[in-house]
Amino acid sequence: MSKQFCIKPAGDSALLVQLGNEISPVLNAKVRALNLALQHSPIEGIIETVPAYCSLLVCFDPLKVDPLQLEEEIKRAIQSTTQHIFSKPTVTVIPVCYGGDLGPDLEFVSDYCKLPPEEVIALHSAPNYLIYMLGFTPGFPYLGGMNPCIATPRLENPRTKIPAGSVGIAGEQTGIYPIESPGGWRIIGRTPIKVYDPFRDPPVLFSAGNYLRFQPITLQEYEKTEIQVKLGTYEAQTYQLEEGGQL
Amino acid sequence: MPTVFEVLSPGFLTTVQDEGRFGHRSIGMPIAGALDQYSYRVANLLVGNDRNAACLEITFLGPTLKVLGSAMIALTGGAFQATLNDKPLPQWQAVEVKENDIITVSQVATGFRGYLAVAGGFDVPSVMGSRSTYLRGKIGGFEGRPLQAGDKLKIGLPLQDAQPYTGKLIPSEYIPKYDASGIVTLRVIMGPQEDCFSQKGLQDFLMSTYTVTSESDRMGCRLEGTPVEHLSKDHAQIISDGIPLGAVQIPGDGMPIIMLADGQTTGGYPKIATVCTVDLPLVSQCKPGDKVHFLEITQDEAISLLKEQEDKLHKLQLMLTPDASSPARHFRVMVESRYFDVWVEER
Repeated sequence: MSKQFCIKPAGDSALLVQLGNEISPVLNAKVRALNLALQHSPIEGIIETVPAYCSLLVCFDPLKVDPLQLEEEIKRAIQSTTQHIFSKPTVTVIPVCYGGDLGPDLEFVSDYCKLPPEEVIALHSAPNYLIYMLGFTPGFPYLGGMNPCIATPRLENPRTKIPAGSVGIAGEQTGIYPIESPGGWRIIGRTPIKVYDPFRDPPVLFSAGNYLRFQPITLQEYEKTEIQVKLGTYEAQTYQLEEGGQL
Repeated sequence: MPTVFEVLSPGFLTTVQDEGRFGHRSIGMPIAGALDQYSYRVANLLVGNDRNAACLEITFLGPTLKVLGSAMIALTGGAFQATLNDKPLPQWQAVEVKENDIITVSQVATGFRGYLAVAGGFDVPSVMGSRSTYLRGKIGGFEGRPLQAGDKLKIGLPLQDAQPYTGKLIPSEYIPKYDASGIVTLRVIMGPQEDCFSQKGLQDFLMSTYTVTSESDRMGCRLEGTPVEHLSKDHAQIISDGIPLGAVQIPGDGMPIIMLADGQTTGGYPKIATVCTVDLPLVSQCKPGDKVHFLEITQDEAISLLKEQEDKLHKLQLMLTPDASSPARHFRVMVESRYFDVWVEER
């Protein structure tokens, strides 16, 4: 791993470990490797970590561990992650009903990008999106890999209520709203599945370092899946990606 | 039959909170929990609870509760006009309540939030390891929402016979004073992104006074005043990273936001500084219109302050322990018709 990292205090109970300053799958994999290394090391006093694109926030209990000592342990962990090999990543399939009442901004995106709605849907549902990190609100995936042809600016006046499951575009980003929240994303569709459910283990269907794929479904399929989700009989579809996850 | 508190009126915003929901920030789940952890802990200490028992967080205007059964309560935090059956309810001490008693917590006089603990804690289901209400996620606490009239809150079993705690006063140095007319000093540790700001921006941040706005909530305390200048327009955003509790974010408009317990776990605004843990309770006791200013300290100093506070709370716990062999014993003495509380320690 490169020596270009820095560790800065983020208050009296957290250290920010900055491993670089760009959004790239390789750098993000280093963040995840360090996170795993810290999880498996017996350092006392770490409460939790927040992995992000190119940094890791390490929250600790200053009554249990001295930040200087923790910093040394983190440096050691960074050195030890040079050879980390991840297990093969998985792809979670997210069924999405595009357009209509569930995706009120599909038309706008289509007009803005000068592409027919079917083409917007095809481009949006083609890639496997890398989940760089989860954050902001519970289960919100920061995704990479959207086709720039469908990039659309945010709404000028954010909506006060966007239903859970809404799939949207904001600039060159795409994502899913796991919980009802206000927001300015262009909503192009909605998934009937619960990407986040606090009463399920695990509460979030997917994790950082893995991939998402959007699968277009009809309104009828949406309604059918919605019932299955309510009855608790719906099983999320996942499959393994063949490419290796070596750092 | 377990004791039940029936909500006759909920107040402005009353939620069930505990220490917080830890270990899930990596999936975007905020900590939630009591904003003023100091008042929350003292309230639990007073009624003999363990430190993670769920209590009510009261905001600005408190609830009216009817007691069905009997219990021991303690109200801490801001100075509220509170009554028990129309008689003044003393704060910062344990008080016994009985069947059909009415607890009324009216408007706050100084401070902004209160904590009502009950021996045994409020018995709501634990969600992802915590009883705290996370309002935006609609989970935890009482059905994931603020209390409403008609709600019936069950009380858990007290840890021990809390009887001897009744009426025990705590030394006045343990009771924070929230002076509405003054300027609250918030001690901060600079960074992690102080290099996103111009020299002028850093100076303004530390030298000027900021006013708490009415848009503040459990997610963040929003301030207005001299805008904090970024180094350039490009420095007004960063690649999203983790947000620690108490982080002071500076969005494009230059107005600081202190991130609180329900705040987002990650974000793309640079963080100029982080409020030290012992001063976070002060932030949560600020109401709209209150004034704050920031004072830079080191991480070492902040940790020393936290250790001092821990020692102080540990001493308080010993004072309150009903065990006769405890190092401190409490006597109330009357001298020239004034009461004095005296603690005697054996050495």
